[in-house]
Amino acid sequence: MRGDSRLFSEVGFLLEPGGLLHVRGPNGSGKSSLLRMLCGLILPEAGEIRWNGVNIRHSHDYNRALTYLGHLNGIKEELSGLENLRINCGIAGFDIGEKTAIDALERIGLDGREHLPVNVLSQGQRRRVMLARLLVARTPLWILDEPLVALDADAIGLMRSLFELHLENGGMLILTTHQELEIAAGTTQEIRLSS
Amino acid sequence: MIMLTWLLRRDLLLAIRRKSDVLTTLFFFVIMVSLFPLGVGPEPQLLKAMGPGVLWVAALLASMLSLGRLFAADYADGTLEQMLLCPESLALIVLAKAAIHWLASELPLVLMAPLLGLQFGLSGDALWVLTLSLLLGTPVLSLVGAIGASLTLGLRGGGVLVSLLVLPLYIPVLIFGAGAVDASTSGLGAGGHLSILGALLVLALLATPKAVAAALRISLE
Repeated sequence: MRGDSRLFSEVGFLLEPGGLLHVRGPNGSGKSSLLRMLCGLILPEAGEIRWNGVNIRHSHDYNRALTYLGHLNGIKEELSGLENLRINCGIAGFDIGEKTAIDALERIGLDGREHLPVNVLSQGQRRRVMLARLLVARTPLWILDEPLVALDADAIGLMRSLFELHLENGGMLILTTHQELEIAAGTTQEIRLSS
Repeated sequence: MIMLTWLLRRDLLLAIRRKSDVLTTLFFFVIMVSLFPLGVGPEPQLLKAMGPGVLWVAALLASMLSLGRLFAADYADGTLEQMLLCPESLALIVLAKAAIHWLASELPLVLMAPLLGLQFGLSGDALWVLTLSLLLGTPVLSLVGAIGASLTLGLRGGGVLVSLLVLPLYIPVLIFGAGAVDASTSGLGAGGHLSILGALLVLALLATPKAVAAALRISLE
């Protein structure tokens, strides 16, 4: 429910290690709301979201297990890509060294730009700064809202292989995207939300 | 704890990179306080009597000015939702943010206040009491202000609304803050007033972080 309107009802799924959940639906069908609900940012009007059998409201380890990347990049314009990455990881609860962070930024195609303040980077590059977190994250559950927006073909390829690696390692992935994305790993489920 | 250190580090770094924010608040305070002697004339008795009140009111308004920045930037760029997902307790995060806000926006005012107090002919003792009262009172402003800032997140015209919400809540701090200086100049001793300010600070430290955390959760839903 958003305001008075019912966006969706009777959504149910079970995600297991190595599972991918692809949330599909037209614009405004509530995909982002569903993902934010799964993170615990929105309370569902009815029903429950459980992590390892415990409602996420009462779960102590859920936030530690979760990486959520939404529409907003969650990076600070005045800070460099390197500072942003290390700080965001730090706030999410895992410390990474400068070397690891530089490696991750290099792999995602920002080599030579690690120390530039983010406000001189392009949209796609800012997105990459945010997504670099996935390269170093050790969390089992990734919830990604339109992660491929503003990325070029190379970066999309890199993301796809990253998702496949994550699933092969027993990770879980929930994502929305309007792009066609062939992921050849894990087990894929789909939820279709209608408008 | 690691997460809080990273958060503190980030906000300090941002405060250093955005020096203009800190400086505008400080200059607003300086200019506002300096306008009063120019406006009411050089009568020493009158200036001495209104000095503490003027300094305190200016401090309140200057702190209002910076409140808008407390959560708004984090809300707009998405770092606030990441903070909500941080495994650390949200109340502690709020406390850390308020602490940095105080350090960057209020502490410079406190340090500048004795200098400005000289314009009003306040005595040495009164200047001490003034600084002490500001030191105890301004953290309360940051904490109580955080409630207003979090409740008005994402609203249009939020800045004005914050003032309407928060200024009435500042009244006790203003009364006892300015009262402390008055009491000390009239020879009554400022101990009682300062103790009450201290009590207000403890109360704010205990009560506001949870309230702000709840307001933030509602604002982001």
